[in-house]
Amino acid sequence: MALIEEHASFAACPACVVVSPSDRVAAIRSQAARIMLSLPGAEGVAAISTVEGVLRAFPGVRTARVNLTQRRVVIEADPHLVAADLIPVLAGVGYEAHELDPGMLSMTETDRQGRELLMRVGVAFFSMMNIMLLSVAVWSGAEAATRDLFHFISGAIALPTVIFCGQPFFRSAWASLRRGKLGMDVPISLALILASSISVYETLHSGEKAYFDAAVMLSFFLLIGRYLDHRSRALARSAAEELAALEVPRAIVLDNGREVVLPIAQVAVGDLVLVRPGGRMPVDGLVVAGTSETDRGLLTGESLPVFAGPGSVVSAGEVNLTGPLTVQVTAAGRDSSLHRMADLVAVAESARTRYTTLADRASALYSPLVHILSFSAFGFWLWQTGGDIRFAVNISAAVLIITCPCALGLAVPAVVTAASGKLFRKGVLIKNGTALERLAQVDTVVFDKTGTLTMGTPEPLGLDALPPEALSVLAALARTSSHPLAMALAARTDTPAKVTDLHEVPGYGVQGLYHGRPVRLGRAEWVGAAPLALTATYLALDGQTHAIGFADQIRPGAEAAIAGLRAQGMTVRLVSGDTEAAVRAFADRVGIPDWVAGALPAEKAALVQDLTGQGRRVLMVGDGLNDTGALAAAHVSISPAQALDAARVASDIVLLGRDLSAIADAVHIARQASRRMVENFGISAAYNVVAVPLALMGAATPLAAALAMSLSSITVSLNALRLRQWKS
Amino acid sequence: MEILTILIPVSLILGALGLLAFIWAMRTRQFEDMQGDASRILLTDYDDKPAVTEEP
Repeated sequence: MALIEEHASFAACPACVVVSPSDRVAAIRSQAARIMLSLPGAEGVAAISTVEGVLRAFPGVRTARVNLTQRRVVIEADPHLVAADLIPVLAGVGYEAHELDPGMLSMTETDRQGRELLMRVGVAFFSMMNIMLLSVAVWSGAEAATRDLFHFISGAIALPTVIFCGQPFFRSAWASLRRGKLGMDVPISLALILASSISVYETLHSGEKAYFDAAVMLSFFLLIGRYLDHRSRALARSAAEELAALEVPRAIVLDNGREVVLPIAQVAVGDLVLVRPGGRMPVDGLVVAGTSETDRGLLTGESLPVFAGPGSVVSAGEVNLTGPLTVQVTAAGRDSSLHRMADLVAVAESARTRYTTLADRASALYSPLVHILSFSAFGFWLWQTGGDIRFAVNISAAVLIITCPCALGLAVPAVVTAASGKLFRKGVLIKNGTALERLAQVDTVVFDKTGTLTMGTPEPLGLDALPPEALSVLAALARTSSHPLAMALAARTDTPAKVTDLHEVPGYGVQGLYHGRPVRLGRAEWVGAAPLALTATYLALDGQTHAIGFADQIRPGAEAAIAGLRAQGMTVRLVSGDTEAAVRAFADRVGIPDWVAGALPAEKAALVQDLTGQGRRVLMVGDGLNDTGALAAAHVSISPAQALDAARVASDIVLLGRDLSAIADAVHIARQASRRMVENFGISAAYNVVAVPLALMGAATPLAAALAMSLSSITVSLNALRLRQWKS
Repeated sequence: MEILTILIPVSLILGALGLLAFIWAMRTRQFEDMQGDASRILLTDYDDKPAVTEEP
């Protein structure tokens, strides 16, 4: 919502476009800074005191408060502070932090609904306890005037409670009836109304049986289920919003030679944007000045950087590596190629929401059954007793109360809450309500390589084979550049030789003078070497060239995740857009025999669809824009938090940490959760099998109804908590 | 049985007090961060600031 409004107001205000960038900055800066950071690693007391302590000590920070449940910290600070100032501070004490855009976290509405539900739970609990107290007297044999008095008081408490607490059920029952459907809430509402009205009638005629306690207890247990359900939905929704907000993109816009930082939504077509080395392209555009290399890994899966100079076309999402680039904007924000991809994904997504959950299937079976039972009991007893409506209604109310899906309403929400809480603690965020169930059905896992199984930081190969002189020259040259390959070399080499006149030629490499002779490190064609098939950089020294190849660095936990998935009987495959040599080397290393290299985005999606066509349930794990099609086409999908927006939007589950081993745990927990749900349905069915015949025969007392209801609800909740960790 | 005329109102009033306390706790957002509050009680550093309430 917030997105659309923001966009609309921008378009509706043409003046905004002509205001100079610096004014736009001033408008944003005038508000006091309220910074929200996500802290995926926050856990325990230590996190609170460390994070709050270090933040409060930071100059300019007014208050800082950690919310451990949501793993966030809210900071009120002087207007000049930005999140980028605080993230390194937190990293310094060992907490990974991501900026969140507080404007996009529109939690207010769901917040209000949640509190309303909680309020109804509280009221129902109060009434239930009081009526129980009065009912105990009736059950233990209160008679005549005493019983009537107790019934009257119970009724006086129960009627307003049912009217107030039953509203969510009445509303949704009415909505489903108007659509001509028999949802779960129809029998619930019917039971509430019937039980209350027959009890009022009985009380007025000083009858023996009043079901006030049952009606209130019913609404209490069902409201708890409803509240848990709401909470996990709200968590999933806020997770989705949080991810949309995770990357708050800004661009450096050149305003008559001055550099101003603007949020991406305020960059207009035609603006000149400066992209520093190491920065990600915020927009689509045309390079007008500077030369550099760009890393398109996230967009295409290529691990080899691509040259960029004046006239080159760059797209949002590429990473600028060596030299500063000035880019003229051709498309920004929602029109950029990155966001157009995201829109395509949204279409694919909507196709997947047609999945029917276990709970839907159970209620489709169950609702008609309850009505048939209750009405046939009414009909039978009306005929049997020769027209005693009071008795027949009594029986049919008892049947409705006993069969009412108390346990059923709790069975799924309790399990989902327990499982998603467990996964959240492991750094696995479930974005979609049905993802857990779908994850449990998976039998094939397809991994992307670049950025998913690998970290995107390369490891140099065969350095020992180089002559010592070349190695020391290499060390000196590598220390000059911030290119990822050079940085990897600098980290692995020591004792740099004395190389003078060092300078970087952006887009090509580094050169210098060694004993008066020119030396170069960089691209093959610039150095004069024959290019290798794999990612490599080349050193020219004394007319000789040396090639230094690179292998991808494996993401921590990748091997554990693959082993864990195999142990659970899954087929693991690798699909990458990278070159065949690089993919083969990597696949051999992690031990995946089944791999595809050089796959285009459409081919990745087609592969997943093929597998689906063969009757397989595919879990896709990927991070790049080239994976989004496959992520959306898969039965269920996972992406790491470092992935591009579009990929995170397309996937159902996001890994918050860097470690991949949580995937195996997630699948295990999801399978367990599914099993618990089925068990819970079984338990509530078993209770019904025992209690319903009693109710049909007219032998169900209010005491029996109360016992059956609370016992089944408690067993179901306890069963939900039996989720265990995966031990490999 | 006359004792009932005292006991029943008393029990209702006590229950209602509990309900009011619950509603108050909810209105003042004391259920926002249950995990955090559970941990906060173990903190050793003295905290004299009131909670930052998140206004909508």
